[in-house]
Amino acid sequence: MNKTQKFYHSVALNAEKCRGCTNCIKRCPTEAIRVRNGKAHIRAERCIDCGECIKICPHHAKRAIHRHFEDLEGLYEYLVALPAPSLYGQFNNLHNIDFVLNGLLHFGFDDVFEVTRGADMITQYTKILLAEGKLKKPVISSACPAVVRLIRARFPELCQHVLPVAAPYIVAAKLARKAAIAKTGLPAEKIGIILIAPCPAKITDVRMPVGVKTSGIDAVLAIDDIYKGLLNEMNKLEEKDLQPLSQATATGTSWCISGGEARALKQDKYLICNGVENVIEALEETEDGKLDDLDFIELKACTEGCVGGVLTAESPFVTQSRVYRLLKNLPPANDIPKEALPLDILDWTEALEYAPIFQLDGDLTTAVQKMRRLEEIVKTLPGLDCGSCGAPNCRALAEDIVRGESSEHACFFILKNKINRMYQEIAISEHPQEEKPHEK
Amino acid sequence: MNEILKLHYVVDGNNFSLAGQAASDVKKMLKTLGMAPDVIRRVSIAMYEGEMNMVIHADGGEIDVDVTPKAVVMRLADRGPGIADIDLVMQEGYSTAPDDIRALGFGAGMGLPNMKKYSNDLKIESQLGIGTTITMRVDINSRG
Ligand SMILES: Nc1ncnc2c1ncn2[C@@H]1O[C@H](COP(=O)(O)OP(=O)(O)OP(=O)(O)O)[C@@H](O)[C@H]1O
Ligand code: SF4
Ligand SMILES: [Mg+2]
Repeated sequence: MNKTQKFYHSVALNAEKCRGCTNCIKRCPTEAIRVRNGKAHIRAERCIDCGECIKICPHHAKRAIHRHFEDLEGLYEYLVALPAPSLYGQFNNLHNIDFVLNGLLHFGFDDVFEVTRGADMITQYTKILLAEGKLKKPVISSACPAVVRLIRARFPELCQHVLPVAAPYIVAAKLARKAAIAKTGLPAEKIGIILIAPCPAKITDVRMPVGVKTSGIDAVLAIDDIYKGLLNEMNKLEEKDLQPLSQATATGTSWCISGGEARALKQDKYLICNGVENVIEALEETEDGKLDDLDFIELKACTEGCVGGVLTAESPFVTQSRVYRLLKNLPPANDIPKEALPLDILDWTEALEYAPIFQLDGDLTTAVQKMRRLEEIVKTLPGLDCGSCGAPNCRALAEDIVRGESSEHACFFILKNKINRMYQEIAISEHPQEEKPHEK
Repeated sequence: MNEILKLHYVVDGNNFSLAGQAASDVKKMLKTLGMAPDVIRRVSIAMYEGEMNMVIHADGGEIDVDVTPKAVVMRLADRGPGIADIDLVMQEGYSTAPDDIRALGFGAGMGLPNMKKYSNDLKIESQLGIGTTITMRVDINSRG
């Protein structure tokens, strides 16, 4: 990782395809996108890599930067695939997860380590932490990296409520490397731990994790990118020839659908919410103290949870229904005592700190002055929130103007009025004896 | 004078689903200003309770907020029934909230005590049959 780089994002723009429309600027939950000179620009400090802009763009101009299997060639001596459980829901009529895992071996991996194993441990550990009663309630899940980034940027009071435990893919990655070293005797760096992920937020989190120093993951492949090749390998397999590899439990697998994580904790009072707009509403209510009586809050930025990630091959609803069917045949996770849990891997080592990226100015006096100007400017704008200025709404344009990043002439209506006035003045000076020209 | 940001809100007494909107807007504004999380929390709790009281007990009213780099001052004025005994309503647990409001989770009689707890100064002016004006100040850089 480049240490001097302040922000890394997996979500990027393909400028050639961008038509400068207003779809993504309006959808972005952090108002991170502006259209300038006919092209969208993402403000790095604001983007939480939720992938909403990729989902909405009708021109496919937004994409997630991820690796391809071919890129890994020659880099490692032993490749371990880390399939996220959302991968299991991509295949029709799948009743045995070993088809997927054996398929991954035929696809070119040397070994597999399921992300569900990380999820099982986190479930156990969270139950223990909740029982110990030391966490600030309501405890908010830290599993969705887009949600954690949203909290960090917008909800200062809630930073201390976020479960200080690593995400399943990170826990699984670190366990997988240990297991691979024990099995092969290879040095750690010769082992490639490769996550197969459903969303760009996880790609970003792998490069720049929150809460832990390193993710332990060497590269991320997208589910939709390997889907065809993997399916091809799976189709060649006979059930009787499958190696029994899967250790997936119903508990760990259910994490990929909204609610799976929270229900597994068996708490009395919990809240489940998915979809980034709903998540913001839930965070606002939590911040207002309206949900103080809850034990646990599970928030996932994508519709229906991780199965709704933009890098999956199937729709969230179809995947979700398949995962529910799979769950019926899976065993529940076993209880693990605290002593047996890898606390060095599970515990966050870095505190989640509020990053006030929305503040107008570092100095309060200046910020108040800017806010006054902002309010004045808002009054002069038409309030149509049309987006043609390149900002998501009139207020955002006013904010850009105050920040010195745009001007009121970006507003089509203000410009039109100015031109009209200029036109009238010219007309009057050229024909001083005549009446005003007709408007329009 | 350039340092005062003035905000004005009209609180609709008939629309329960909009109740709390003004407090929520102020909270957003303070975040954009980069205020300390602790100040934001105290202002938003105090204002939310005051706003809810306006809706529940006084058919709405108007809120003026002055933001300066030193303090946030909120003035909540209503034309409701007024408060007969201010010491009484300030007691924790005192409430006249009707049953339908209690069913919604209000009526613990903790609103006013919390407004006092979270602000640095709270002043109540009330006249029976005319209305109530509550002024609260939350200082920046000091704890209430
Ligand atoms: N603006 C007001 N006008 C008239 N009476 C009020 C007003 N605000 C509060 N009161 C009276 O004071 C009482 C106590 O208010 P307080 O906010 O402490 O509790 P509550 O509103 O009844 O319950 P809670 O705030 O805990 O939901 C109210 O029940 C009501 O009788
Ligand atoms: S990924 Fe999400 S936060 Fe980032 S620019 Fe796109 S919509 Fe905005
Ligand atoms: Mg009250």
